[in-house]
Amino acid sequence: MNRFLKSKSASFVLPFIATVLLFILWELAVIIFKIPPFNLPSPSNIFQAMTQFAPQLITNAGRTLWTTLVGFSVAVLVGVLLGFLIGYSRIAYLMLYPLLVAFNTIPKAAIVPLLAIWFGANAIPATITAFLLAFFPIAVNVALGLDTVEPEMKDVLRSLGATQVETFQKVGFPHTLPYIFASLKIAASFAFIGAVISESVASNAGLGYLIVQATADFNVPLAFAGLMVLALMGVILYGFFVLAEKKIIYWAR
Amino acid sequence: MFQPIADSATAQPVLALGEPLLEFDRVGLEYPFEGSMRRIIEDVTLSVQPGEFVAIVGPSGCGKTSILRMVSGLNPAPIGAVRYRGETIRRPMKNVGMAFQNPVLLPWRSTLDNVLLPLEIVQPYKREFKQRKAEFVQMAQDLLKTVKLQDFQKQFPWQLSGGMRQRASLCRALIHQPEILLLDEPFGALDAFTREEMWVMLQALWMRVKCVSILITHDLREAVFLADRVYVMGARPSSIIYDVKIDLPRPRTLEMELSDEFNHYFSNIRRHIQH
Repeated sequence: MNRFLKSKSASFVLPFIATVLLFILWELAVIIFKIPPFNLPSPSNIFQAMTQFAPQLITNAGRTLWTTLVGFSVAVLVGVLLGFLIGYSRIAYLMLYPLLVAFNTIPKAAIVPLLAIWFGANAIPATITAFLLAFFPIAVNVALGLDTVEPEMKDVLRSLGATQVETFQKVGFPHTLPYIFASLKIAASFAFIGAVISESVASNAGLGYLIVQATADFNVPLAFAGLMVLALMGVILYGFFVLAEKKIIYWAR
Repeated sequence: MFQPIADSATAQPVLALGEPLLEFDRVGLEYPFEGSMRRIIEDVTLSVQPGEFVAIVGPSGCGKTSILRMVSGLNPAPIGAVRYRGETIRRPMKNVGMAFQNPVLLPWRSTLDNVLLPLEIVQPYKREFKQRKAEFVQMAQDLLKTVKLQDFQKQFPWQLSGGMRQRASLCRALIHQPEILLLDEPFGALDAFTREEMWVMLQALWMRVKCVSILITHDLREAVFLADRVYVMGARPSSIIYDVKIDLPRPRTLEMELSDEFNHYFSNIRRHIQH
Protein backbone atom coordinates (compact mmCIF):
# COMPACT_ATOMS: atom_id res chain seq x y z
CA MET A 1 0.00 0.00 0.00
CA ASN A 2 2.74 2.43 0.94
CA ARG A 3 4.58 1.66 -2.25
CA PHE A 4 1.47 2.33 -4.25
CA LEU A 5 1.01 5.71 -2.52
CA LYS A 6 4.49 6.73 -3.63
CA SER A 7 4.02 5.54 -7.22
CA LYS A 8 3.20 7.84 -10.11
CA SER A 9 -0.11 6.21 -10.96
CA ALA A 10 -1.45 6.89 -7.46
CA SER A 11 -1.57 10.61 -8.19
CA PHE A 12 -3.96 9.88 -11.07
CA VAL A 13 -5.95 6.93 -9.73
CA LEU A 14 -6.77 8.29 -6.26
CA PRO A 15 -8.22 11.65 -7.35
CA PHE A 16 -10.26 9.76 -9.95
CA ILE A 17 -11.66 7.43 -7.29
CA ALA A 18 -12.48 10.42 -5.05
CA THR A 19 -14.36 12.11 -7.90
CA VAL A 20 -16.37 8.97 -8.68
CA LEU A 21 -17.23 8.55 -4.97
CA LEU A 22 -18.35 12.18 -4.77
CA PHE A 23 -20.61 11.67 -7.80
CA ILE A 24 -22.14 8.51 -6.30
CA LEU A 25 -22.85 10.25 -2.97
CA TRP A 26 -24.29 13.22 -4.82
CA GLU A 27 -26.51 11.00 -6.99
CA LEU A 28 -27.77 9.14 -3.91
CA ALA A 29 -28.45 12.37 -2.00
CA VAL A 30 -30.50 13.76 -4.88
CA ILE A 31 -32.53 10.52 -5.06
CA ILE A 32 -33.00 10.05 -1.30
CA PHE A 33 -33.93 13.67 -0.50
CA LYS A 34 -35.92 14.02 -3.74
CA ILE A 35 -34.16 17.27 -4.73
CA PRO A 36 -35.72 18.73 -7.90
CA PRO A 37 -33.28 19.11 -10.86
CA PHE A 38 -33.74 22.90 -11.04
CA ASN A 39 -32.35 23.16 -7.51
CA LEU A 40 -29.58 20.62 -7.68
CA PRO A 41 -29.35 18.32 -10.68
CA SER A 42 -27.87 14.86 -10.14
CA PRO A 43 -24.58 13.93 -11.86
CA SER A 44 -26.42 11.67 -14.30
CA ASN A 45 -28.65 14.60 -15.12
CA ILE A 46 -25.62 16.79 -15.70
CA PHE A 47 -23.92 14.24 -17.95
CA GLN A 48 -27.10 13.99 -19.92
CA ALA A 49 -27.07 17.76 -20.38
CA MET A 50 -23.41 17.55 -21.37
CA THR A 51 -24.12 15.16 -24.26
CA GLN A 52 -27.28 16.99 -25.24
CA PHE A 53 -25.62 20.42 -25.40
CA ALA A 54 -22.17 19.20 -26.41
CA PRO A 55 -21.77 21.56 -29.41
CA GLN A 56 -22.61 24.68 -27.35
CA LEU A 57 -20.39 23.55 -24.49
CA ILE A 58 -17.46 22.91 -26.81
CA THR A 59 -17.63 26.24 -28.67
CA ASN A 60 -18.10 28.23 -25.47
CA ALA A 61 -15.38 26.30 -23.64
CA GLY A 62 -13.09 26.96 -26.61
CA ARG A 63 -13.81 30.66 -26.33
CA THR A 64 -13.14 30.72 -22.58
CA LEU A 65 -9.95 28.69 -22.97
CA TRP A 66 -8.72 31.02 -25.69
CA THR A 67 -9.38 34.27 -23.79
CA THR A 68 -7.94 32.77 -20.61
CA LEU A 69 -4.75 31.59 -22.31
CA VAL A 70 -4.18 34.88 -24.11
CA GLY A 71 -4.78 36.88 -20.92
CA PHE A 72 -2.62 34.47 -18.94
CA SER A 73 0.28 34.59 -21.43
CA VAL A 74 0.35 38.38 -21.33
CA ALA A 75 0.16 38.16 -17.51
CA VAL A 76 3.20 35.85 -17.44
CA LEU A 77 5.18 38.20 -19.63
CA VAL A 78 4.21 41.39 -17.76
CA GLY A 79 4.28 39.71 -14.34
CA VAL A 80 7.79 38.29 -14.78
CA LEU A 81 9.19 41.56 -16.16
CA LEU A 82 7.52 43.62 -13.45
CA GLY A 83 8.68 41.16 -10.78
CA PHE A 84 12.29 41.40 -11.93
CA LEU A 85 12.00 45.19 -12.06
CA ILE A 86 10.70 45.59 -8.50
CA GLY A 87 12.94 42.77 -7.28
CA TYR A 88 16.11 44.38 -8.56
CA SER A 89 15.44 48.10 -8.39
CA ARG A 90 14.75 49.69 -5.04
CA ILE A 91 13.31 52.78 -6.73
CA ALA A 92 10.91 50.72 -8.85
CA TYR A 93 9.91 48.77 -5.74
CA LEU A 94 9.14 51.88 -3.69
CA MET A 95 7.28 53.55 -6.54
CA LEU A 96 5.32 50.67 -7.98
CA TYR A 97 4.60 48.26 -5.15
CA PRO A 98 1.97 50.38 -3.31
CA LEU A 99 0.27 51.05 -6.65
CA LEU A 100 0.21 47.35 -7.44
CA VAL A 101 -1.28 46.49 -4.07
CA ALA A 102 -3.89 49.23 -4.40
CA PHE A 103 -4.78 48.02 -7.85
CA ASN A 104 -4.97 44.42 -6.76
CA THR A 105 -7.47 45.21 -4.00
CA ILE A 106 -10.01 46.53 -6.52
CA PRO A 107 -12.61 43.80 -7.16
CA LYS A 108 -12.16 43.02 -10.83
CA ALA A 109 -15.91 42.41 -11.29
CA ALA A 110 -16.32 46.15 -10.74
CA ILE A 111 -14.10 46.95 -13.71
CA VAL A 112 -15.82 44.66 -16.20
CA PRO A 113 -18.71 47.06 -16.99
CA LEU A 114 -16.13 49.77 -17.72
CA LEU A 115 -14.20 47.43 -19.99
CA ALA A 116 -17.44 46.56 -21.76
CA ILE A 117 -18.10 50.26 -22.40
CA TRP A 118 -14.59 50.75 -23.78
CA PHE A 119 -14.25 47.59 -25.83
CA GLY A 120 -17.79 46.25 -26.29
CA ALA A 121 -19.33 43.02 -25.03
CA ASN A 122 -16.88 40.64 -26.67
CA ALA A 123 -13.72 38.64 -26.00
CA ILE A 124 -11.54 41.65 -25.16
CA PRO A 125 -12.93 42.42 -21.66
CA ALA A 126 -12.61 38.73 -20.75
CA THR A 127 -8.98 38.62 -21.91
CA ILE A 128 -8.16 41.78 -20.01
CA THR A 129 -9.82 40.57 -16.79
CA ALA A 130 -7.97 37.25 -17.05
CA PHE A 131 -4.73 39.22 -17.38
CA LEU A 132 -5.57 41.59 -14.52
CA LEU A 133 -6.23 38.77 -12.08
CA ALA A 134 -3.23 36.68 -13.09
CA PHE A 135 -0.30 39.08 -13.33
CA PHE A 136 -0.19 40.19 -9.68
CA PRO A 137 0.72 36.87 -8.01
CA ILE A 138 3.36 36.29 -10.69
CA ALA A 139 4.98 39.70 -10.19
CA VAL A 140 4.97 39.35 -6.39
CA ASN A 141 6.47 35.85 -6.48
CA VAL A 142 9.23 36.78 -8.91
CA ALA A 143 10.17 39.74 -6.72
CA LEU A 144 10.10 37.48 -3.67
CA GLY A 145 12.33 34.92 -5.42
CA LEU A 146 14.95 37.55 -6.20
CA ASP A 147 14.74 38.88 -2.68
CA THR A 148 15.42 35.51 -1.05
CA VAL A 149 18.81 34.80 -2.68
CA GLU A 150 21.16 34.14 0.25
CA PRO A 151 23.35 37.17 0.97
CA GLU A 152 26.37 34.86 1.24
CA MET A 153 25.71 33.66 -2.31
CA LYS A 154 25.70 37.25 -3.52
CA ASP A 155 28.96 37.83 -1.61
CA VAL A 156 30.58 34.83 -3.29
CA LEU A 157 29.67 36.22 -6.71
CA ARG A 158 30.69 39.78 -5.88
CA SER A 159 34.04 38.64 -4.55
CA LEU A 160 34.63 36.84 -7.85
CA GLY A 161 34.00 40.15 -9.62
CA ALA A 162 30.74 39.04 -11.23
CA THR A 163 28.71 41.70 -13.04
CA GLN A 164 25.03 42.33 -12.28
CA VAL A 165 24.07 40.44 -15.44
CA GLU A 166 26.25 37.47 -14.48
CA THR A 167 24.79 37.39 -10.98
CA PHE A 168 21.33 37.33 -12.53
CA GLN A 169 22.23 34.54 -14.97
CA LYS A 170 24.04 32.33 -12.52
CA VAL A 171 21.95 32.85 -9.39
CA GLY A 172 19.00 35.27 -9.59
CA PHE A 173 17.16 33.63 -12.46
CA PRO A 174 17.52 29.94 -11.53
CA HIS A 175 16.77 30.77 -7.90
CA THR A 176 13.55 32.50 -8.97
CA LEU A 177 12.31 29.68 -11.25
CA PRO A 178 10.59 27.66 -8.48
CA TYR A 179 8.84 30.84 -7.34
CA ILE A 180 7.70 31.52 -10.90
CA PHE A 181 6.19 28.06 -11.18
CA ALA A 182 4.48 28.30 -7.82
CA SER A 183 2.85 31.52 -9.00
CA LEU A 184 1.95 30.12 -12.45
CA LYS A 185 -0.15 27.41 -10.82
CA ILE A 186 -2.11 30.00 -8.83
CA ALA A 187 -2.25 32.48 -11.69
CA ALA A 188 -3.67 29.88 -14.11
CA SER A 189 -6.75 29.41 -11.91
CA PHE A 190 -7.00 33.16 -11.41
CA ALA A 191 -6.99 33.71 -15.17
CA PHE A 192 -9.93 31.31 -15.56
CA ILE A 193 -11.82 33.09 -12.80
CA GLY A 194 -11.12 36.46 -14.43
CA ALA A 195 -12.31 35.32 -17.86
CA VAL A 196 -15.50 33.75 -16.49
CA ILE A 197 -16.37 36.77 -14.31
CA SER A 198 -16.10 39.00 -17.34
CA GLU A 199 -18.09 36.62 -19.55
CA SER A 200 -20.90 36.41 -17.06
CA VAL A 201 -21.18 40.19 -16.77
CA ALA A 202 -20.58 41.39 -20.30
CA SER A 203 -19.95 39.06 -23.20
CA ASN A 204 -21.47 37.34 -26.18
CA ALA A 205 -19.92 33.90 -25.67
CA GLY A 206 -17.85 31.77 -23.29
CA LEU A 207 -18.68 29.43 -20.42
CA GLY A 208 -19.53 32.29 -18.05
CA TYR A 209 -22.00 33.59 -20.62
CA LEU A 210 -23.39 30.07 -21.12
CA ILE A 211 -23.87 29.51 -17.38
CA VAL A 212 -25.69 32.83 -16.91
CA GLN A 213 -27.93 32.15 -19.92
CA ALA A 214 -28.68 28.59 -18.80
CA THR A 215 -29.67 29.74 -15.29
CA ALA A 216 -31.89 32.42 -16.79
CA ASP A 217 -33.64 29.66 -18.78
CA PHE A 218 -33.91 27.49 -15.62
CA ASN A 219 -31.73 24.95 -17.44
CA VAL A 220 -29.77 24.24 -14.25
CA PRO A 221 -28.25 20.94 -15.49
CA LEU A 222 -26.63 22.85 -18.38
CA ALA A 223 -25.29 25.47 -15.97
CA PHE A 224 -23.74 22.68 -13.90
CA ALA A 225 -22.36 21.07 -17.04
CA GLY A 226 -20.67 24.40 -17.81
CA LEU A 227 -19.19 24.52 -14.31
CA MET A 228 -17.82 21.00 -14.67
CA VAL A 229 -16.17 21.73 -18.00
CA LEU A 230 -14.64 24.81 -16.38
CA ALA A 231 -13.30 22.80 -13.43
CA LEU A 232 -11.90 20.19 -15.80
CA MET A 233 -10.04 22.80 -17.87
CA GLY A 234 -8.67 24.35 -14.69
CA VAL A 235 -7.35 21.01 -13.47
CA ILE A 236 -5.77 20.23 -16.83
CA LEU A 237 -3.95 23.57 -16.98
CA TYR A 238 -2.79 23.14 -13.38
CA GLY A 239 -1.56 19.63 -14.14
CA PHE A 240 0.32 20.94 -17.15
CA PHE A 241 2.27 23.34 -14.94
CA VAL A 242 2.97 20.67 -12.36
CA LEU A 243 4.50 18.47 -15.07
CA ALA A 244 6.44 21.36 -16.60
CA GLU A 245 7.74 22.29 -13.14
CA LYS A 246 8.99 18.75 -12.51
CA LYS A 247 10.83 18.78 -15.84
CA ILE A 248 12.37 22.23 -15.56
CA ILE A 249 13.14 22.40 -11.84
CA TYR A 250 14.83 19.01 -11.81
CA TRP A 251 17.01 19.87 -8.81
CA ALA A 252 14.17 20.41 -6.34
CA ARG A 253 12.72 17.51 -4.45
CA MET B 1 46.69 20.03 -14.71
CA PHE B 2 46.54 22.02 -11.55
CA GLN B 3 49.20 24.66 -11.63
CA PRO B 4 50.75 25.87 -8.43
CA ILE B 5 50.06 29.50 -7.63
CA ALA B 6 53.78 30.32 -7.97
CA ASP B 7 53.46 30.14 -11.79
CA SER B 8 50.82 32.80 -12.02
CA ALA B 9 52.43 34.87 -9.28
CA THR B 10 55.42 35.65 -11.52
CA ALA B 11 53.17 37.91 -13.58
CA GLN B 12 52.45 40.01 -10.48
CA PRO B 13 54.73 42.79 -9.27
CA VAL B 14 57.51 41.05 -7.39
CA LEU B 15 57.48 41.64 -3.67
CA ALA B 16 60.68 42.23 -1.83
CA LEU B 17 61.47 39.45 0.61
CA GLY B 18 59.61 39.90 3.87
CA GLU B 19 57.33 42.60 2.49
CA PRO B 20 53.76 41.96 3.63
CA LEU B 21 51.18 41.01 1.01
CA LEU B 22 48.33 42.21 3.15
CA GLU B 23 48.48 44.95 5.73
CA PHE B 24 46.05 46.24 8.32
CA ASP B 25 46.94 49.79 9.29
CA ARG B 26 45.18 51.00 12.47
CA VAL B 27 41.87 49.63 11.25
CA GLY B 28 38.74 50.57 13.19
CA LEU B 29 35.00 50.15 12.94
CA GLU B 30 32.15 52.11 14.50
CA TYR B 31 28.43 51.45 14.64
CA PRO B 32 25.68 53.88 15.48
CA PHE B 33 24.01 52.71 18.69
CA GLU B 34 21.40 54.62 20.69
CA GLY B 35 22.33 57.97 19.21
CA SER B 36 26.08 57.73 19.58
CA MET B 37 28.82 55.96 17.67
CA ARG B 38 30.09 52.86 19.37
CA ARG B 39 33.52 51.45 18.67
CA ILE B 40 33.49 47.82 17.63
CA ILE B 41 37.03 47.43 16.41
CA GLU B 42 39.94 49.57 17.49
CA ASP B 43 43.42 49.96 16.07
CA VAL B 44 43.91 46.57 14.46
CA THR B 45 47.35 46.53 12.93
CA LEU B 46 48.80 43.37 11.49
CA SER B 47 50.50 42.16 8.35
CA VAL B 48 50.28 38.94 6.44
CA GLN B 49 53.23 37.54 4.48
CA PRO B 50 52.80 35.87 1.08
CA GLY B 51 51.67 32.28 1.51
CA GLU B 52 50.84 32.73 5.17
CA PHE B 53 47.85 31.08 6.81
CA VAL B 54 46.43 33.34 9.50
CA ALA B 55 43.71 32.56 12.01
CA ILE B 56 41.78 35.19 13.93
CA VAL B 57 40.04 34.04 17.09
CA GLY B 58 38.00 35.94 19.61
CA PRO B 59 34.68 36.12 21.43
CA SER B 60 31.56 36.38 19.33
CA GLY B 61 30.53 39.88 18.36
CA CYS B 62 34.10 41.18 18.40
CA GLY B 63 33.98 42.07 14.71
CA LYS B 64 35.86 39.11 13.23
CA THR B 65 33.53 38.84 10.29
CA SER B 66 33.81 42.58 9.65
CA ILE B 67 37.56 42.11 9.36
CA LEU B 68 37.04 39.56 6.58
CA ARG B 69 34.64 41.81 4.76
CA MET B 70 37.24 44.57 4.84
CA VAL B 71 39.76 42.30 3.16
CA SER B 72 37.31 41.14 0.51
CA GLY B 73 36.43 44.76 -0.11
CA LEU B 74 32.72 43.99 0.29
CA ASN B 75 32.76 46.51 3.16
CA PRO B 76 36.05 48.45 2.98
CA ALA B 77 37.60 49.59 6.25
CA PRO B 78 35.91 52.84 7.39
CA ILE B 79 38.76 53.82 9.72
CA GLY B 80 42.40 53.18 8.92
CA ALA B 81 43.28 51.13 5.85
CA VAL B 82 43.65 47.56 4.64
CA ARG B 83 46.30 47.41 1.94
CA TYR B 84 46.90 44.63 -0.55
CA ARG B 85 50.24 44.80 -2.35
CA GLY B 86 50.54 48.35 -1.03
CA GLU B 87 47.18 49.48 -2.41
CA THR B 88 44.28 50.39 -0.16
CA ILE B 89 41.28 48.13 -0.67
CA ARG B 90 38.32 50.33 -1.51
CA ARG B 91 36.05 48.12 -3.63
CA PRO B 92 35.31 44.39 -3.87
CA MET B 93 38.44 42.45 -4.82
CA LYS B 94 38.09 40.42 -7.97
CA ASN B 95 40.08 37.37 -7.13
CA VAL B 96 39.13 36.21 -3.70
CA GLY B 97 38.00 32.78 -2.60
CA MET B 98 35.38 32.66 0.11
CA ALA B 99 33.77 30.00 2.28
CA PHE B 100 31.23 30.54 5.03
CA GLN B 101 29.61 28.47 7.74
CA ASN B 102 26.75 28.02 5.27
CA PRO B 103 28.25 26.33 2.18
CA VAL B 104 25.79 28.12 -0.20
CA LEU B 105 26.14 25.75 -3.13
CA LEU B 106 23.82 26.38 -6.06
CA PRO B 107 21.07 23.76 -5.71
CA TRP B 108 20.54 23.46 -9.46
CA ARG B 109 24.16 22.55 -10.14
CA SER B 110 25.92 19.26 -9.61
CA THR B 111 28.93 19.19 -7.28
CA LEU B 112 31.28 19.42 -10.25
CA ASP B 113 29.43 22.36 -11.82
CA ASN B 114 29.34 24.12 -8.47
CA VAL B 115 33.10 23.86 -8.21
CA LEU B 116 33.48 25.13 -11.79
CA LEU B 117 31.40 28.28 -11.10
CA PRO B 118 34.32 30.68 -10.43
CA LEU B 119 35.97 29.69 -13.72
CA GLU B 120 32.85 30.89 -15.56
CA ILE B 121 33.24 34.33 -13.97
CA VAL B 122 36.89 35.10 -13.20
CA GLN B 123 39.27 36.10 -16.00
CA PRO B 124 41.31 34.72 -17.73
CA TYR B 125 39.40 31.47 -17.22
CA LYS B 126 36.07 32.93 -18.31
CA ARG B 127 37.44 33.84 -21.74
CA GLU B 128 38.81 30.37 -22.29
CA PHE B 129 36.03 28.44 -20.59
CA LYS B 130 34.66 26.82 -23.75
CA GLN B 131 38.01 25.89 -25.30
CA ARG B 132 39.66 24.63 -22.11
CA LYS B 133 36.56 23.07 -20.54
CA ALA B 134 38.08 19.59 -20.43
CA GLU B 135 41.17 20.90 -18.68
CA PHE B 136 39.08 22.87 -16.18
CA VAL B 137 36.95 19.84 -15.43
CA GLN B 138 40.17 17.94 -14.75
CA MET B 139 41.25 20.71 -12.35
CA ALA B 140 37.94 20.50 -10.52
CA GLN B 141 38.16 16.72 -10.35
CA ASP B 142 41.66 16.92 -8.91
CA LEU B 143 40.41 19.22 -6.16
CA LEU B 144 37.38 17.04 -5.46
CA LYS B 145 39.69 14.05 -5.20
CA THR B 146 41.76 15.86 -2.57
CA VAL B 147 38.66 16.18 -0.41
CA LYS B 148 37.48 12.64 -1.30
CA LEU B 149 34.46 13.74 -3.28
CA GLN B 150 35.51 12.18 -6.59
CA ASP B 151 32.54 9.80 -6.50
CA PHE B 152 30.01 12.57 -5.90
CA GLN B 153 30.67 14.87 -8.86
CA LYS B 154 27.29 14.34 -10.46
CA GLN B 155 25.28 14.58 -7.23
CA PHE B 156 23.22 17.63 -6.41
CA PRO B 157 23.76 19.51 -3.12
CA TRP B 158 20.67 18.02 -1.47
CA GLN B 159 22.17 14.59 -1.98
CA LEU B 160 25.32 15.49 -0.01
CA SER B 161 25.87 15.61 3.74
CA GLY B 162 26.73 18.89 5.47
CA GLY B 163 30.42 18.05 5.59
CA MET B 164 30.48 17.05 1.92
CA ARG B 165 28.80 20.28 0.94
CA GLN B 166 31.37 22.25 2.89
CA ARG B 167 34.21 20.34 1.20
CA ALA B 168 32.72 21.15 -2.20
CA SER B 169 32.46 24.80 -1.23
CA LEU B 170 36.17 24.81 -0.25
CA CYS B 171 37.01 23.43 -3.69
CA ARG B 172 34.92 26.18 -5.24
CA ALA B 173 36.75 28.78 -3.15
CA LEU B 174 40.12 27.57 -4.45
CA ILE B 175 39.65 26.47 -8.06
CA HIS B 176 40.38 29.86 -9.61
CA GLN B 177 43.63 30.03 -7.63
CA PRO B 178 42.63 33.11 -5.67
CA GLU B 179 45.32 35.30 -4.18
CA ILE B 180 43.44 35.42 -0.90
CA LEU B 181 41.30 32.75 0.71
CA LEU B 182 38.79 33.98 3.29
CA LEU B 183 37.19 31.47 5.63
CA ASP B 184 34.41 32.62 7.95
CA GLU B 185 33.86 29.86 10.51
CA PRO B 186 33.62 27.35 7.68
CA PHE B 187 33.24 24.34 9.97
CA GLY B 188 31.09 25.97 12.65
CA ALA B 189 28.02 23.92 11.77
CA LEU B 190 29.75 20.52 11.66
CA ASP B 191 30.14 17.91 14.37
CA ALA B 192 33.52 17.46 16.08
CA PHE B 193 34.57 14.36 14.12
CA THR B 194 33.69 15.81 10.74
CA ARG B 195 35.38 19.04 11.70
CA GLU B 196 38.74 17.40 12.39
CA GLU B 197 38.49 15.52 9.12
CA MET B 198 37.84 18.85 7.40
CA TRP B 199 40.97 20.42 8.92
CA VAL B 200 43.11 17.76 7.33
CA MET B 201 41.41 18.18 3.97
CA LEU B 202 41.54 21.97 4.06
CA GLN B 203 45.24 21.76 4.86
CA ALA B 204 45.77 19.40 1.92
CA LEU B 205 43.90 21.76 -0.40
CA TRP B 206 45.72 24.79 0.90
CA MET B 207 49.16 23.18 0.57
CA ARG B 208 48.49 22.78 -3.16
CA VAL B 209 47.93 26.50 -3.69
CA LYS B 210 49.66 28.14 -0.69
CA CYS B 211 47.70 31.36 -1.03
CA VAL B 212 47.26 33.86 1.77
CA SER B 213 44.46 32.58 3.94
CA ILE B 214 42.52 34.20 6.74
CA LEU B 215 40.47 31.91 8.92
CA ILE B 216 37.89 33.27 11.34
CA THR B 217 37.01 30.76 14.02
CA HIS B 218 36.17 30.38 17.66
CA ASP B 219 37.59 26.87 17.78
CA LEU B 220 41.08 27.40 19.22
CA ARG B 221 42.28 23.90 18.28
CA GLU B 222 41.21 24.56 14.73
CA ALA B 223 43.21 27.78 14.72
CA VAL B 224 46.35 26.08 16.07
CA PHE B 225 46.00 23.13 13.72
CA LEU B 226 45.61 25.16 10.54
CA ALA B 227 47.37 28.48 10.99
CA ASP B 228 50.94 29.73 10.75
CA ARG B 229 49.98 32.59 13.01
CA VAL B 230 47.07 33.05 15.37
CA TYR B 231 45.73 36.49 16.31
CA VAL B 232 43.49 36.84 19.35
CA MET B 233 40.96 39.64 19.46
CA GLY B 234 39.63 40.94 22.76
CA ALA B 235 36.15 41.98 23.79
CA ARG B 236 34.63 45.24 22.53
CA PRO B 237 36.08 47.55 21.47
CA SER B 238 38.33 44.84 20.19
CA SER B 239 41.85 44.93 19.01
CA ILE B 240 44.57 42.31 18.72
CA ILE B 241 45.49 41.41 22.28
CA TYR B 242 47.82 38.50 21.55
CA ASP B 243 49.45 36.86 18.57
CA VAL B 244 51.53 33.76 18.29
CA LYS B 245 53.44 32.05 15.52
CA ILE B 246 52.65 28.35 15.33
CA ASP B 247 55.85 26.48 14.58
CA LEU B 248 54.48 23.06 13.87
CA PRO B 249 55.73 21.21 10.78
CA ARG B 250 53.40 20.63 7.82
CA PRO B 251 51.49 18.62 6.89
CA ARG B 252 50.11 18.59 10.39
CA THR B 253 48.34 15.47 11.53
CA LEU B 254 45.56 14.84 14.00
CA GLU B 255 48.04 12.96 16.23
CA MET B 256 49.93 16.22 16.71
CA GLU B 257 46.91 17.50 18.57
CA LEU B 258 48.00 15.30 21.47
CA SER B 259 51.56 16.61 21.54
CA ASP B 260 52.79 18.89 24.34
CA GLU B 261 53.78 21.51 21.82
CA PHE B 262 50.26 21.69 20.39
CA ASN B 263 48.70 21.87 23.82
CA HIS B 264 51.17 24.51 24.88
CA TYR B 265 50.01 26.75 22.01
CA PHE B 266 46.42 25.93 22.79
CA SER B 267 46.56 26.75 26.50
CA ASN B 268 48.53 29.94 25.84
CA ILE B 269 45.83 31.22 23.52
CA ARG B 270 43.11 29.96 25.85
CA ARG B 271 44.58 31.98 28.70
CA HIS B 272 44.50 35.19 26.69
CA ILE B 273 40.94 34.75 25.60
CA GLN B 274 39.61 34.51 29.17
CA HIS B 275 37.34 37.30 30.24
